[in-house]
Amino acid sequence: MTGRMNTLKKWYSSGEAAIWLSGAAVSVSIIIVLGLLLLIAVNGLAHFWPAKVGAFEYRPSADQVVQLVGEVRDEEVVATDRAQQAGEWLVDPSQPTQQRLLLKVGNRDLYGLDFRWVLAGNIVATAYPGDLLVIERQEWGNYFGYLKSVKTGDGEVVEDDKARGVMSVAIEKALNIRDEIHGIERGEIGRINHAMERQRLKKRRLELGDRLDAESLAELARDRGELDAKYEVLQTKLALLYGELNRDELVLTDAGGRVTVMPVGNVVRAYYPNSFSLTDKIGFYGAKIWEFVSAEPREANTEGGIFPAIFGTVVMVLVMSVLVTPFGVLAAIYLREYAKQGFVTRLVRIAVNNLAGVPSIVYGVFGLGFFVYFLGGNIDQLFYPEVAPAPVFGTPGLLWSSLTLALLTLPVVIVSTEEGLSRVPRAVREGSLALGATKLETLLRIVIPMASPAMMTGMILAVARAAGEVAPLMLVGVVKLAPSLPIDMNAPFLHLDRKFMHMGFHIYDVGFQSPNVEAARPLVYATALMLVAVIVIMNLTAIRIRNSLREKYRGLEQ
Amino acid sequence: MKNYTNWRLRIDRWATHIVSVGGIGVIAAVALIFFYLLYEVVPMFRAADAHPQAEYQLQVTSPSPVLHLAVEEQGEFGLRVTVRGELQFFSTADGATVAQQQLPLPPQSQLTSIAGNDPDRSLLVAGLDSGGVIVFKYGYRVRFDGDERVMTPYVQFPYGEAVIDVAGSKSISAVAIQVEDEETTLLALAESGELGRVRFVAEESFLGLEEDVTAKPVIDSLGTVGADVCRLLLDRMQQYVYVAGCNGELSLYRLNDAGIALLDSTKVVAGGIRVTAVEFVSGTYSLLVGDDSGRVRQWFSVRNQQNELTLQEVRDFPVLPGQAAVSRIVAEQRRKGFAVLAADGALGLYNTTARRLVLALQVQPLLTQLALAPRSNYLLLETAVGDQQFWQVENEHPEISWSALWEKVWYESYPRPELIWQSSAATNDFEPKFSLSPLVFGTLKAAFYAMLFATPIAILGAIYTGYFMHPRMRGWVKPVIENMEALPTVIIGFLAGLWLAPVLEANLPGIFSLILVLPIAVLLLSLAYYALPRRIKAWVPDGLEALFLIPYVLFIGWACFALSGPMEAWFFAGDMRSWVTSELGLDFDQRNSLVVGIAMGVAVIPTIFSMTEDAVFSVPRHLTQGSLALGATLWQTLSRVVILTASPGIFSAVMIGLGRAVGETMIVLMATGNTPIMDFNLFSGMRTLAANIAVEMPESEVGSTHFRVLFLAALVLFALTFIFNTAAELVRQRLRERYSSL
Repeated sequence: MTGRMNTLKKWYSSGEAAIWLSGAAVSVSIIIVLGLLLLIAVNGLAHFWPAKVGAFEYRPSADQVVQLVGEVRDEEVVATDRAQQAGEWLVDPSQPTQQRLLLKVGNRDLYGLDFRWVLAGNIVATAYPGDLLVIERQEWGNYFGYLKSVKTGDGEVVEDDKARGVMSVAIEKALNIRDEIHGIERGEIGRINHAMERQRLKKRRLELGDRLDAESLAELARDRGELDAKYEVLQTKLALLYGELNRDELVLTDAGGRVTVMPVGNVVRAYYPNSFSLTDKIGFYGAKIWEFVSAEPREANTEGGIFPAIFGTVVMVLVMSVLVTPFGVLAAIYLREYAKQGFVTRLVRIAVNNLAGVPSIVYGVFGLGFFVYFLGGNIDQLFYPEVAPAPVFGTPGLLWSSLTLALLTLPVVIVSTEEGLSRVPRAVREGSLALGATKLETLLRIVIPMASPAMMTGMILAVARAAGEVAPLMLVGVVKLAPSLPIDMNAPFLHLDRKFMHMGFHIYDVGFQSPNVEAARPLVYATALMLVAVIVIMNLTAIRIRNSLREKYRGLEQ
Repeated sequence: MKNYTNWRLRIDRWATHIVSVGGIGVIAAVALIFFYLLYEVVPMFRAADAHPQAEYQLQVTSPSPVLHLAVEEQGEFGLRVTVRGELQFFSTADGATVAQQQLPLPPQSQLTSIAGNDPDRSLLVAGLDSGGVIVFKYGYRVRFDGDERVMTPYVQFPYGEAVIDVAGSKSISAVAIQVEDEETTLLALAESGELGRVRFVAEESFLGLEEDVTAKPVIDSLGTVGADVCRLLLDRMQQYVYVAGCNGELSLYRLNDAGIALLDSTKVVAGGIRVTAVEFVSGTYSLLVGDDSGRVRQWFSVRNQQNELTLQEVRDFPVLPGQAAVSRIVAEQRRKGFAVLAADGALGLYNTTARRLVLALQVQPLLTQLALAPRSNYLLLETAVGDQQFWQVENEHPEISWSALWEKVWYESYPRPELIWQSSAATNDFEPKFSLSPLVFGTLKAAFYAMLFATPIAILGAIYTGYFMHPRMRGWVKPVIENMEALPTVIIGFLAGLWLAPVLEANLPGIFSLILVLPIAVLLLSLAYYALPRRIKAWVPDGLEALFLIPYVLFIGWACFALSGPMEAWFFAGDMRSWVTSELGLDFDQRNSLVVGIAMGVAVIPTIFSMTEDAVFSVPRHLTQGSLALGATLWQTLSRVVILTASPGIFSAVMIGLGRAVGETMIVLMATGNTPIMDFNLFSGMRTLAANIAVEMPESEVGSTHFRVLFLAALVLFALTFIFNTAAELVRQRLRERYSSL
């Protein structure tokens, strides 16, 4: 016993306890980080993998048996008496706990809800029929059911085996027509709309300047007539295409036998998940990932892709780096090279470090009040009087978002550039000056090239931070659904006054402001995965550059 | 050659200028933030301003005393009702008469009292000295002539032109009228003390056409309520009647179909003082009582312990200089404010919620009648004989004062003073509640729980990494933790709200047992490892404990959560959540401080970790080696040398982490219920300053008080983080100086 007490005392005084406790702290941190990334990766990547869809025979009460079809999305364990208190009838009430399954039953237009909790114990039979069809639709979410027949536009009805083939051909055709319609609506009609708006503003400008006379009115009317004529032509073409789109129809039955007639134009994708081979699944996976990255969102952002969010984030970050890099580098050069080192520069450095710590929402508030309402309002008054009362720059938009984030990430660039400039050895600088170069020439030809990796690090860190900041953007320019991209084929091509979508805000919006959170959840994980991947890659690059930089100049110092 | 050199030198000089301007400009832009925030906040605290715009004499046909004065919405026209029943519409610019109408009074009758409905007093009832009342409505028809606005006043008699016989044929001393939905109730108090009521019941024709609606007056008597009545008031819902006696007795009655019932009666002034003016605050919930000592007090009804309505004095207001008797109180139509005119000509503008005298003026004592424009931007004063003064008033932010922002305020319909943030509601007569205290409390609570979770883990982990860890392992642990810092808080927040909160709610015993069990389990493992023979220990290289602990910690965590279900069944009757609510008496929200603490802790750990690790790692080698050479163990060196030397760095790291926790927006937005409550309960949510700004800013009216209070919240946040960061920065600079000598 005394031996044990001795061991205990020796262990206590040796300090092993501290080592292991603090080691445990590191382990906890590592587990949290890696666990977070793993959680996002698993949930995000799994979203695209085609799951088996089961056909269940379910007994909700003693005398009823219903057919259910759906994907199992989640499960939980509840105490039996809780379930009984909730009014559920149980096949086997002797068990202390019951397992519940969350089934995605789809068919929201038929059932009202597309998710349903069922008791696993009450499922009498399960099957995975190979002819179970899943259709992703433009509206109302997924459809789960069986294909009965296909009615083609010429009245022909094709049944059973041949129906499958005919269906895929019809869907392919419909998707092509939809692409064409999209092209006309977005591209050509969009151009005409843009031209009409320019016309209206021109007229208003003339009105305000009291220069609207009969001649200009006539000219405007002529131009308007041309545009109207072009529009008519496109309208008829569109009407034809829309007619073509919905010519073929699918006749489907759901699990309970209800018949639905679905025009092929509604279909985005149709597949038989239970009869997928491995290659089929991989192909499907790839197609879904491509759709996620390149398609537009549907159904209030709960389905489809996030292309506008990716595009918006990229454009905003580009505009921001164009703004922040020159100014940050300029400020850093001034601080280190030109300003007299003393109390004032110390104060300025404290201020810059403080600004790195100011909450991002304060920048958002400043951006909204100063940039949007003050600067933007005045720009509208001075340069866009004809658009009044609609705001052009006096409302949140791309320019102000980029400017706000540039201000937010300025300290990062300044600190990083200053660090790079400080690593340039004095000997090199003095040598250059001794050889007769001016200060500017030394800067441009010696110092800045040597410090450019640091500047790049700063820019990458700034970009990584901006890609993830959401709070200020909520106030200065991001929206849930933007009607158009900030870059398109109409002059001035880069529309700085447009609102845009952002990946980080998309996560917040789809996860918390969505009308159907269950359906949206996998999409949120996928978007989060995308965002994390982009940011982690950028950070690792920045860290690599910084470390190699440190190694490179370690020899030159002291 | 010389020219070329000169040119180079000139370019160099230009460059110096450009860089200097650019550099200073950028730094100034950054300082602009603070000054702009200040610029938006300061107007709230500025005093109101008023100056006379016009002074004229009305062209009156016969000077009779004026009974009622009103100004219309745009401030261009006014209405004046005299005791002879003359309605005069005039222009406020010069007093020119625009229209005139005479009320159909019986011959030789005069009006004795007048009252209007809340809030705009467009439906007026006047009592006659020959008994009975007359009801009329006025307004302005607006027409647009091209771009010009043309307003024509009109007078209507929606309930007929005849005098309504109520309360007998005695002189009517006080009247009150209210309209709500389709119901109109009118009260008339005769000199004898008899109270009569008229209700107008709308009768629709069979076809339901609007024009065929006729309103038949239903007259009844409500009994006697005492003489010497100063004022009679009826609330908007037509359910409560207030009778204010000039001797200071205020009575509250409940009004229903059958009649009135006395609920409470109390003396509102000390003995000897007489009540001189009583008026509703907009919304008809509170009363303002002015007396002849110059004091104005606010009263409203509050439910007591027995759930009965009693009259309570809520607050009194600063007295105007001169302390003359209050002669008139006029309430603002759309805000909780009022104007007071005293007998010596002192005029004061007040706000009830902020308990603030916003503006004090001195006008001619002869000016005895007062009217406020609906938008509270104009003031009309009149003497008894038709001399008028028209003033312009700028009073944008009267609701803000130090007490309104930081102290407990007794808001209308609350039983006691409270600290509440509730900036807007759906109705017009809402009392905005701008107390920043719940928000600051929420911010500090969230930061406190976050630091409670993050600081031990980050500091212990950093000490291990900087001091004990194997160099190769440090090479990949540091980047991993730095990447943790780069993780967008949106993602941490959404995982906290959507994944962590339900998991915690379902496994409450698991998480608490994990917090208790994990340190003990690690200590046991350490003891077991220590007791192992040296041969086995030689197999395991030093500095890799953290690596081997990863599977161990995972195992303990899994075990705690797996046992959570059985623990819940054994100790907490199957549901710890309801146990917390019923046994501990605490409210339980799914998204609560526990979730926020963990999530924000995860966001703050890397900040504290990297700075602490830097501090520990840069303790000079010769100090640790000297200590070891003198015979101290690793642990003694750590606790007595390294930590003390690194303590400024550790302090600075914690300060910066605290600054970050205070300013975090997205995590709080997503992981709490955003309820502005003030309690320390671990299981309830909170609303922080940052989340409040993010939620309310896009929807607040630009330039309004709400807008500026949000800027004030941003300024408070800025100040808090500034303090933390500056403290950290100063400590860090002192540290650098101290190390340079080592």
